[in-house]
Amino acid sequence: MGEVIVITSGKGGVGKTTTTANLGTGLAALGNKVVLIDTDIGLRNLDVVMGLENRIVYDLVDVTQGHCRLRQALIKDKRFDGLFLLPAAQTKDKTAVSTDDMKKLCNELKEEFDYVLVDCPAGIEQGFKNAIAGAERALIVTTPEVSAVRDADRIVGLLEANGLRGPKLIINRIRPDMVKRGDMMNIEDMLDILAIELMGVVPEDEYIVVSTNKGEPAVLDMNSRAGQAYRNIAKRVTGEVVSLINLEYDEGLLNKLKRLLGL
Amino acid sequence: MIDFLKSVLGREAPSSKNMAKERLRLVLVHDRASVSPHLLENLKEDLIRVISNYMEIDQNALEVQLNREDDSVALVANIPIIKMKRTYQDAKV
Repeated sequence: MGEVIVITSGKGGVGKTTTTANLGTGLAALGNKVVLIDTDIGLRNLDVVMGLENRIVYDLVDVTQGHCRLRQALIKDKRFDGLFLLPAAQTKDKTAVSTDDMKKLCNELKEEFDYVLVDCPAGIEQGFKNAIAGAERALIVTTPEVSAVRDADRIVGLLEANGLRGPKLIINRIRPDMVKRGDMMNIEDMLDILAIELMGVVPEDEYIVVSTNKGEPAVLDMNSRAGQAYRNIAKRVTGEVVSLINLEYDEGLLNKLKRLLGL
Repeated sequence: MIDFLKSVLGREAPSSKNMAKERLRLVLVHDRASVSPHLLENLKEDLIRVISNYMEIDQNALEVQLNREDDSVALVANIPIIKMKRTYQDAKV
């Protein structure tokens, strides 16, 4: 029996979909059977981040409304045999899926898969309620910004109110150089404010844009720093203890000189 | 001029990270209170229970709210007293 994990954030644009794609691919690379569900109806994107947009025939709403069998709607990944995507519907409206539909779907999928990852839409409306309905664990993605952390705090409260306790935090797009000069909140600051446990820290990495351009998750690139962070997060999700990657920033000779001169 | 030099040198200016933390701390006091609407109601009931040991109060007119100032959040309670109890009986004695 597998596990259903929702990836959520409240605020949009902090990296839920990127995290879902990389964590799912990372878990599959470790040999797990994984299915990713995109619940962002009307604004689906997990398919393009995974590079599977050309293979979609059926979607989440087709499944919940009985237009096709669940098996038919699952798209097999290009790279891993044990990795599948259930895409969101692009044309139907958000009320097309209910929380009961999602619970039933998640229960069915976890019979067959080790991990069911649910990519949650931004906001706290119906889409959010659907995404968390069948979940047993929650990962909250935030960035080191006041607005994202505030929304993450709201999500912690709402998850608790819905019986999802002990969510863990993924801090995305941290910039060690800015943290060092006191212009960005550090890991401890955010853990202190949100009072939840840490699941991982992902440094800002240009390669994420490149990987999204290509439709190949960064977790598969051995040179990407964000990819390394996601490989570690995938291991932690399976229960392995992995220490945080070194965020120490190599500031370079020019910046070192500037700093010495007090500029 | 000195301020300008300081800003150019990037010294003694409060770090923006600390401003972020402080602003978050204040905004979350409000957010968390509004996420659980029962919080203020429960607090009200507890207050009534405790204060009634000492004085008779107008329970219906009692108001409890969070007030936001520039750099702090205060819990403000307006509790109309009907009359004081002449002798306070200490339950512990």
